[in-house]
Amino acid sequence: MPTITFVTVDDKKITVEAKSGLTIMEAAKEEGLPMTAACQGSLACATCHIVVDESWYDKLYPPSEEEEDLLDTASDLTNTSRLSCQIPLTEDLEGITVHLTPIIE
Amino acid sequence: MEENTQNTTDVVIIGAGPVGLFTVFQLGMLKLTSHVFDTLHDIGGQCTALYPEKPIYDIPALPEVNAIDLIAQLQKQIAPFKPIFHLGQQVTEITKNEKDWLITSSTGIQVRAKAIIIAAGAGAFGPNKPALKNIGDYEGKGVYYSVSKRESFKDKRLVIAGGGDSAVDWAISLADLAEKIYVVHRREKFRAIPENVAQMKSLSEAGKIELLIPYQLESLEGDASGLKAVNIISFDQEKQVKRIESDALLSFFGLSARLGPIAQWGLSIENAQINVEPTTCATNIEGIFAVGDIAHYPHKLKLILTGFAEAAQAAHAAYTVVHPDKALHFQHSTSLGLPPTEA
Ligand SMILES: Cc1cc2nc3c(=O)[nH]c(=O)nc-3n(C[C@H](O)[C@H](O)[C@H](O)COP(=O)(O)OP(=O)(O)OC[C@H]3O[C@@H](n4cnc5c(N)ncnc54)[C@H](O)[C@@H]3O)c2cc1C
Ligand code: FES
Repeated sequence: MPTITFVTVDDKKITVEAKSGLTIMEAAKEEGLPMTAACQGSLACATCHIVVDESWYDKLYPPSEEEEDLLDTASDLTNTSRLSCQIPLTEDLEGITVHLTPIIE
Repeated sequence: MEENTQNTTDVVIIGAGPVGLFTVFQLGMLKLTSHVFDTLHDIGGQCTALYPEKPIYDIPALPEVNAIDLIAQLQKQIAPFKPIFHLGQQVTEITKNEKDWLITSSTGIQVRAKAIIIAAGAGAFGPNKPALKNIGDYEGKGVYYSVSKRESFKDKRLVIAGGGDSAVDWAISLADLAEKIYVVHRREKFRAIPENVAQMKSLSEAGKIELLIPYQLESLEGDASGLKAVNIISFDQEKQVKRIESDALLSFFGLSARLGPIAQWGLSIENAQINVEPTTCATNIEGIFAVGDIAHYPHKLKLILTGFAEAAQAAHAAYTVVHPDKALHFQHSTSLGLPPTEA
């Protein structure tokens, strides 16, 4: 049960105990946090874009080619941007902090 | 294409994704006619727009089918019912009259129908717009998401943003015509046909195109007459801002779905989904049903399979709206058969 901290767009910190095996996207959705994730994790929308805390970025598996391609279409990209549906929560991510991005209406 | 802008039908279907298409079939078996709207120019919804070449494995009795082929099969299956398609237009307005609904699209097409079935998926597909302040002010006045008239960019200074086929292809195609082309992309790699990327790079060596890499869009400048400049920011630690004087920005970041006008119709909506009564797919508004990805009830599975079943439920429920005084005599498709097709 890794703990994960989401930082919302208006800078609120929300820490949740996520079930391992879920992706960060699924953990955010379970918690009812604002995230579109339109394609439900099938790597087709980029609406699950998050910014990973810099200290954590290098601890993640690097993004696949397909994820990089899709990240090209996300707004306000940063050097630690990821698609949260591509990051499974494992025990070694205990304590990770990620930032949500604005929902595009 | 359509001479008659005022049409009448039993049911209007909003969305031509797999579920909207199968709704035509289910209505047709009950002898109900339908018109189908979609913002895209092609039918098939997500299947066509997002993953045409991917194989799908969970359609009953089809062990493996490419998304685009599933749509082709659905098209064939519904052809006997002669649905009327209004493509390349968004349903923007619905108004209730005494006897029926009047459905109006962004191109001004109007259809009268007794019932409406919303099969709008994740929303209407349109260009995925970069989140830049005031971008809406410049749309059509310097900011474009597609090229309709190549000639309009003659001798213009263009910023092309994006890293896919559209960005690369248009950079090449407009290189001869435009005064100057800047291609803004956040990394070296383009996800486009390698030959075209190579051609774009050689045009950049020849000075026809300037590649601005790694950069992303930062802000727009202009006035009431239109766009004047595009500011870009380097995609690295430096965060250098560059101002590019330009007459137009061509923004190519693929498609995204937005609920759009549906949100304004008084439907019960939560997280971009419409709450329905699962056994009929009825919404909170009489005469309006919702099926497929957009329909929500507890434990909903957003699958094509689920959407197909919902199409059947909704069609039966819509029958009593279209024919309030007629009993629905149930028959299996094996007894009913299909309407005869003309040779
Ligand atoms: C990469 C990927 C893989 C998938 N794999 C599978 C799989 O293996 N199995 C499976 O069952 N499902 C899969 N899905 C999900 C499946 O594609 C969807 O469940 C399905 O497309 C939903 O169909 P739909 O007809 O409800 O909506 P959509 O396919 O989303 O179609 C809705 C249509 O409505 C249009 N529309 C919306 N609003 C308006 C309006 N106001 N006016 C006009 N038009 C409008 C949109 O433009 C769109 O074309 C996958 C999805 C993705 C992205
Ligand atoms: S949910 Fe669509 S790419 Fe992650």
